[in-house]
Amino acid sequence: MRFAVIVFPGSNCDHDCYHAIKHVVGAGVHFVWHKERSLAGADVAVVPGGFSYGDYLRAGAIARFSPVMEAVRRHSAQGRPVLGICNGFQILTEAGLLPGALRRNASLRFICDDVWLRCESSRTPFTQGIEPGQVLKMPIAHGEGNFFCEPEALAELEANGQIVFRYCDPGGQTTRAANLNGSTAHIAGVCNREGNVLGLMPHPERASERDMGSEDGLRLFQSALAVAAS
Amino acid sequence: MSTAAQSRATLETARAPNLTELGVFSAMWNEHCSYKSSRIHLKKFPTKGPRVLQGPGENAGVVDLGGGLAVAFKMESHNHPSFIEPYQGAATGVGGILRDVFTMGARPIALLDSLRFGAVDHDRTPWLAGGVVSGIAGYGNCIGVPTVGGETYFHPCYNENILVNVMCAGTLRADAIFRGTASGLGNPVIYVGAATGRDGIHGASMASAGFDEKALEKRPTVQVGDPFREKLLLEACLELMKKGAVIGIQDMGAAGLTSSSAEMAGRAGTGLILRLDAVPRREEEMTPYELMLSESQERMLLVAQRGREGEVREIFARWDLPMAVVGEVTGDGRLRVESEGGIVADLPVRALTDDAPLYERPLRPERGLPSADPIGTLPEEKDLGPSLLALAAHPNQGLKKPIWRQYDHMVRTNTLTPPGGDAALLRLKGTAKALALTTDGNARYCMLDPYAGGMLAVAEAARNLSCTGALPLAMTNCLNFGNPERPAVMAQFAAAIEGMAEACRALNVPVVSGNVSFYNETQGVDIYPTPVVGMVGLLEEAGRRAGHGLQREGDLLFLLHPAREAPLPPGGAHEYVWVRCGQEGGQPPAISLVAEAAVQALCREGILGGFIRSAHDLSEGGLGMALAESCLASPASRLGARVRLPEGSGRADGRLFGESASRILVSVPPASEGRLREAAERAGVGLAAIGAAAGSALRVDAPDGFPLLDVELSALQAAWCGALDEVFGT
Repeated sequence: MRFAVIVFPGSNCDHDCYHAIKHVVGAGVHFVWHKERSLAGADVAVVPGGFSYGDYLRAGAIARFSPVMEAVRRHSAQGRPVLGICNGFQILTEAGLLPGALRRNASLRFICDDVWLRCESSRTPFTQGIEPGQVLKMPIAHGEGNFFCEPEALAELEANGQIVFRYCDPGGQTTRAANLNGSTAHIAGVCNREGNVLGLMPHPERASERDMGSEDGLRLFQSALAVAAS
Repeated sequence: MSTAAQSRATLETARAPNLTELGVFSAMWNEHCSYKSSRIHLKKFPTKGPRVLQGPGENAGVVDLGGGLAVAFKMESHNHPSFIEPYQGAATGVGGILRDVFTMGARPIALLDSLRFGAVDHDRTPWLAGGVVSGIAGYGNCIGVPTVGGETYFHPCYNENILVNVMCAGTLRADAIFRGTASGLGNPVIYVGAATGRDGIHGASMASAGFDEKALEKRPTVQVGDPFREKLLLEACLELMKKGAVIGIQDMGAAGLTSSSAEMAGRAGTGLILRLDAVPRREEEMTPYELMLSESQERMLLVAQRGREGEVREIFARWDLPMAVVGEVTGDGRLRVESEGGIVADLPVRALTDDAPLYERPLRPERGLPSADPIGTLPEEKDLGPSLLALAAHPNQGLKKPIWRQYDHMVRTNTLTPPGGDAALLRLKGTAKALALTTDGNARYCMLDPYAGGMLAVAEAARNLSCTGALPLAMTNCLNFGNPERPAVMAQFAAAIEGMAEACRALNVPVVSGNVSFYNETQGVDIYPTPVVGMVGLLEEAGRRAGHGLQREGDLLFLLHPAREAPLPPGGAHEYVWVRCGQEGGQPPAISLVAEAAVQALCREGILGGFIRSAHDLSEGGLGMALAESCLASPASRLGARVRLPEGSGRADGRLFGESASRILVSVPPASEGRLREAAERAGVGLAAIGAAAGSALRVDAPDGFPLLDVELSALQAAWCGALDEVFGT
């Protein structure tokens, strides 16, 4: 069981993902440079956060053309797990592997803060160990995390069970105050129609140790590990 | 350039210098690069110590952390550019200090800032503050280095001259420090990073002159930052250093190619030939003058081992960065610049560096503020609750979260203590240790008495580190002052340095790097003298640390204080008086450095020994604000306190909000009271029992039991959290 962490020029949560997977979860992990064309035998692809290509033009808009994205696309088409975190989520939406788009935060400011997420679906490999309704604490750190989709697309996401995480208060209620970036329908994370590709703005790798303020993020990696082992 | 400098330049060249040469002299001899007014004073700082691996004079200082690990750090100002163009000015300030640190071979792990803006109601303040904060965020967040702490203060003396100081720390192997030296005859001089344009020409000169009403016309001298390019440069440089092909490396900062080449040759006692035709450029028909003085960002100059140019080229190609061999090291001690087949400059390196003009400017101390404590003009209130709420709601004392929430303060997953505490704490992965970092300065104290103000800045920085349990190791500084040509400013500068140096010696904190920023004035009015201290400390066991928030109901509250002084002496409630009536005056807090050291040592002992559960030093707003912050430290689980002021003379408001130095508020589990008392006795530190953590309100009584204030934490929190709304919006 191996994870691949993809490294674009400008990725900067690559080492944090590597650390959480290797030293906290205890699973195998390797980096894959964006100029590569294969994931080198990985079972799970992780597209980490950061500012790929400086987020110039639009977050994720340039990274989607990197050679490695062909390999990610193949991996996804085979139904294998792909996790996009923050900038990784933005890249996956730009690449068309996930629905919707991420706009600038409603405040037009970068926000780094703890948020609470309500799990809405256990169908992805990363949430199989998490009951719907459970509340997880994780940080966000982004300037463009305001999830947007048209009302028809939203209805489709709801109907297909593609909404995986929503921003909520510590008690699990979705409120305007808990939705720091102004996302449509409080959406923090979505999956593709098949359920094997998950993207979310919050950072599970930063919430994987008690010293960092929360261990809730660990459950996403552990869940993927358990799914792969079964 | 002055006529005196021009004739000195003629002497050095033994002929009339040409335009390019005059440009080089002018850049190297301006205040920003030459430290000509400050050098004789800076020599007073203690710079040596058993842990110091690299002192001042390099791109950054380096201190040993034990176990083969070291930390490189430095602080720098970007005041003038930030006033002219706040976003880019602040962003490129971050870019520059990051390069100073990774040039040493260190991976940057943390940024801190120290910001001074004008009065909150000044019409430019929200625009400047908003721009500076987003500029720091824009650069630091993108490059993936967390901004973990800092300080922000608003005062009208900065209305037309804000201060933007940024500190960076990075970790490296103690035996793999890189330096900015150009040694080894015939070794290639290599240019890496972004191509050169016409941006920032004369930036260093701008930073060395006062502002007038035409300041904003200088906007074209501010550079534009590219944090993405710098991220690539950082990764490529660190990879190259690991290979061992690098002899020396230096950032092209102020005065670009000129200062980097001259300083590298100067340190090694060598010379250099630069061939400008090889310099990557992004504009056409650039003259040698422009190429030598451009301050385009994200560029480095390095000297590699001869024959290993290929390795350098290969690594930079992989990171898609330009690389060019632009010259070589010579033994003749001259900086020679070639362009289109001819020599366009030929200058002695020493004249540009070590032998640059040195000024001993005249000093004449002047008192800037009245010597009477203005608290006497204020009526005494019976209920001090409204005063506490007003202090908490003031932008200077309020919660700075609207600022640090814009900074990614968690990336790299090392941040144990987020911004808002006494000091930031970062774990050092692969060890049990943690690094503590803080920036501190109090311009008002320096305006009242620069010598005492200098001492107090160093003492407070060390106290902040001690409040986490960390042992202070070493410091850097940013000395922000007015026009050095005015004797009163030079007197402030000299006295502040003497005070700082005195505290450095007493507290065992050598100065390993630093920066001077003069000419912080507008239309002839100087800012308050604002030396800012950036200090680094070490916690051997990250698990034994303390924060400032009260933890448990029933924990006892004590005030650690110098044994020979009253726990809370009267007077010196500067920030309280300022917030209530806008007056300033009197004396800065008195300080005994021996007692200060003892108080700090006891605090660290208590945290490491597990009998102190939280610690917070008294600073602006005194015990009143220290209590408020300790109650509200964790807004989700706030905890009140019931306090009775210790016996003493003077008015109650002056004592509650007095800014006495060397005092730390600690909370202690009831079962540990005996251990604290024994330790205090042994250490010769005064200990005043003042109350306990309890309830959901902050209640303070006079020594005789008369209630002074009783404020619900919900109200206190609302005031404190909304303090910056006026500046940053809600």
